[in-house]
Amino acid sequence: MVHSAQHRADLFELGLMGKKERKFEETIKQVEKRSGAIFTHPNVGTYFFIIINFTLNKIKHQATCPDFSSGNRKPHRESDSVNLRSMALRTAITRRILGSSSAVHGSRSMSSWWKNVEPAPKDPILGVTEAFLADPSPDKVNVGVGAYRDDNGKPVVLECVREAERRIAGSMNMEYLPMGGSNKMVDETLKLAYGENSDLIKDKRIAAVQALSGTGACRLFADFQKRFSPDSHIYIPVPTWSNHHNIWRDANVPQRTFHYYHPETKGLDFASLMDDVKNAPKGSVFLLHACAHNPTGVDPTVEQWKEMSYQFKVKGHFAFFDMAYQGFASGDPEKDVQSIRIFLEDGHLIGCSQSYAKNMGLYGQRVGCLSLVCEDEKQAVAVKSQLQQIARPMYSNPPVHGALIVSTVLGNPDLKQLWLKEVKGMADRIIGMRSALRENIEKLGSPLSWEHITNQIGMFCYSGMTPEQVDRLTNEFHIYMTRNGRISMAGVTTGNVEYLAKAIHEVTKT
Amino acid sequence: MNSSSADRRLYMLSRHLAGTISNEGSGISSSPTSAGNSVFGNVVRAPEDPILGVTVAYNKDPSPVKLNLGVGAYRTEEGKPLVLNVVRKAEHLLVNDRSRIKEYLPIVGLADFNKLSAKLILGSDSPAIQGNRVTTVQCLSGTGSLRVGAEFLAKHYYQRTIYIPNPTWGNHTKIFTLGGLTVKTYRYYDPVTRGLNIQGLLEDLNSAPSGSIVLLHACAHNPTGVDPTFDQWGQIRQLIRSKNLLPFFDSAYQGFASGNLDKDAESVRMFVSDGGECFIAQSYAKNMGLYGERVGALSIVCRNADVASRVESQLKLVIRPMYSSPPIHGASIVATILKDRNLYNEWTLELKAMADRIITMRKQLFDALSARGTPGNWTHIIKQIGMFTFTGLNTKQVAFMTKEFHIYMTSDGRISMAGLSSRTVPHLADAIHAAVTTVG
Repeated sequence: MVHSAQHRADLFELGLMGKKERKFEETIKQVEKRSGAIFTHPNVGTYFFIIINFTLNKIKHQATCPDFSSGNRKPHRESDSVNLRSMALRTAITRRILGSSSAVHGSRSMSSWWKNVEPAPKDPILGVTEAFLADPSPDKVNVGVGAYRDDNGKPVVLECVREAERRIAGSMNMEYLPMGGSNKMVDETLKLAYGENSDLIKDKRIAAVQALSGTGACRLFADFQKRFSPDSHIYIPVPTWSNHHNIWRDANVPQRTFHYYHPETKGLDFASLMDDVKNAPKGSVFLLHACAHNPTGVDPTVEQWKEMSYQFKVKGHFAFFDMAYQGFASGDPEKDVQSIRIFLEDGHLIGCSQSYAKNMGLYGQRVGCLSLVCEDEKQAVAVKSQLQQIARPMYSNPPVHGALIVSTVLGNPDLKQLWLKEVKGMADRIIGMRSALRENIEKLGSPLSWEHITNQIGMFCYSGMTPEQVDRLTNEFHIYMTRNGRISMAGVTTGNVEYLAKAIHEVTKT
Repeated sequence: MNSSSADRRLYMLSRHLAGTISNEGSGISSSPTSAGNSVFGNVVRAPEDPILGVTVAYNKDPSPVKLNLGVGAYRTEEGKPLVLNVVRKAEHLLVNDRSRIKEYLPIVGLADFNKLSAKLILGSDSPAIQGNRVTTVQCLSGTGSLRVGAEFLAKHYYQRTIYIPNPTWGNHTKIFTLGGLTVKTYRYYDPVTRGLNIQGLLEDLNSAPSGSIVLLHACAHNPTGVDPTFDQWGQIRQLIRSKNLLPFFDSAYQGFASGNLDKDAESVRMFVSDGGECFIAQSYAKNMGLYGERVGALSIVCRNADVASRVESQLKLVIRPMYSSPPIHGASIVATILKDRNLYNEWTLELKAMADRIITMRKQLFDALSARGTPGNWTHIIKQIGMFTFTGLNTKQVAFMTKEFHIYMTSDGRISMAGLSSRTVPHLADAIHAAVTTVG
């Protein structure tokens, strides 16, 4: 009988193997130990295989799991079912053998339930910072994760935030927020997206809840979409923030893509985008980046947004905006939200995810908001209650501290003014670095066009470099970025822009 | 592109002239998302959460004698929420540390916090920790830890059924179900004795399929306040290990039950010391008063370090699409307190004071009911442990108490002792007395 590795181990430790089997098992164990191979289903044939190959020193590592090292996100389904089948077999056999006897003493006889858990691939974005931190080189540059840095390469806590924290320190209790989060914070946040004098706000037509930053807001929406529009897909631009795929996958919403980035022009492939919009079935759900598209930095023009809004109307599509960079793109929050306002003006009932991670520098506080525009107040109440039903079994209610900072900053005119000034400062520095980087590369006589560096907007520049070129940047120059060639401009400083330009030129000049 | 620009301009014009969106002649079919037709038109209003809804109802009540005994949040003698002194101190240190920044935490959270949390529940000399067999990830309080654990199990474990005690915290079923598991129950509470139905518990776990997951309240069972004795825990452990069931501990009240952190962790440590695997969800909501900061941790004790490391990597894949990384503030407070000997000691004193006040309230309520000669046996009030008392009152009696006495509690008869004070005990005693004597 051929047993799985797990089951063999169980039987071995339970003392349920015959003498011959024990000896065989001990041999297998030794070989596994010395060769690093794992024999999943050894039998007599394996025994001879071992003897022959061991002598010939040819035992290779037998992969028992799919290869994740490329960073390719493979679905777990395949390995899951293998594990499930062998585990199910094991249980059936074990149960029949053990029956109801208490032959098992303690749990020393059981091996780990998690023996077959494969090591997960590193997150393509957050893994970059981990690698950067581990690098001892003094020249290293981190242009990976999209967290703002000042011109000294240091993280920044906005003054308005420090002041807000000073004001709230010691004065508040830490009671649970309602499931929908801080009303004050949500109110201020809606004003940013929908306008200070929005009728939708006045008429209470927006269902909105505090969420765990942009990720949390997208996830709530994805779960909500699954629950109330179970047959719908999500249309995701190519490319997009890699975690978007994970979010809708874990919500069990099937994904489709639409054209977005045009590699030749390093701009927007508007014609194909519009074709995809037209060809999608009526009433499809689309994920749109409100501004400062991540990772490309390529945004539609106002005219193009208007075209899209019109076509969405024709097709009856639902627009879900992920707005993670309001204020960061142009420096002006009102300007950055134009896409949403265009859709609202056309009467679309949109959904919107907002994040304060970047524009208020509240990264680790996890503050954001999910809003859905409804037909009327009654529907908004219903929708909000359902969003709360999704939040409750996930985290019960959202964290209070970050929300308090936001409502203090936005609720006090002096702090709000300071915030607007600081946001513009951050955006301006990035725009300055775009010019500097482009100039520096051009100065070196690069044969390629680098105007996309200044055409693109927001925190990221989609350089157009290949993964191999990125690897060279990392291995030869200690420059860290995601392998899709995305440069976080926030990590560029007057101190490192020349070095960065030189390195980029080096790896792209041929 | 040009023709649709023109189309669009014509459309805007016609709309402007017509004053409304025109469907005729323009070739534009009615859009589900135009104002008037939401894609969520079929969404009905969800019922209030049975626990959090109590506070909502309480807040609406204008009565001056209203009493909120619903959600398990600690209150002082004055009926006020409490921020622990050590927490204020820690916050102060954090705010004044200009070098602190608010960058993203790693997906698994604050490293110090994780290590210290594992030590807190498992003991600082735990061989499991020393053997690197434990992976700990920061999560959003108890709820978040349970949910992340559930989703991990649904992805990587072959058994999809979790057995939860009857009764249990109202949110458990939803958490596990949405996390991808099937929920079944095992007998726990005996309404006749108002104590533990150990026989029923052992029978039900014995008939569970091998490998099933079992949810255990580490101490201060919510809502009943009924905990197994040390010996009973021993029986439960033996059965669970012999049936190869997977224990999943929910530890939301460590330190709150007896007033002693180590004592309240005994059940968990008993299981870990036999070398077996288990899951542990920890919450700092109650014992550090950090409710709204959402601080907690999920620990998975594995057979060996290699497994623990792989498990941790897979936990990240559960967390990333949920909220990317956990909130920094609360975890920083906890780490600051746990790593400083003075702050830690101060914390244990404040914790004991809270636990003691609750025990005092139990005694006072029991005495008050005895003094009124309220019919029935009320010793369970002083026997039960932790923040809650499972009064044994039925839904009719509870509704009566809310209506006539403005007492807010969950309809299962659970009261949060933390919401009582010497001043309000008489009012509650009157209400119970009236409910028991006038309502069946």
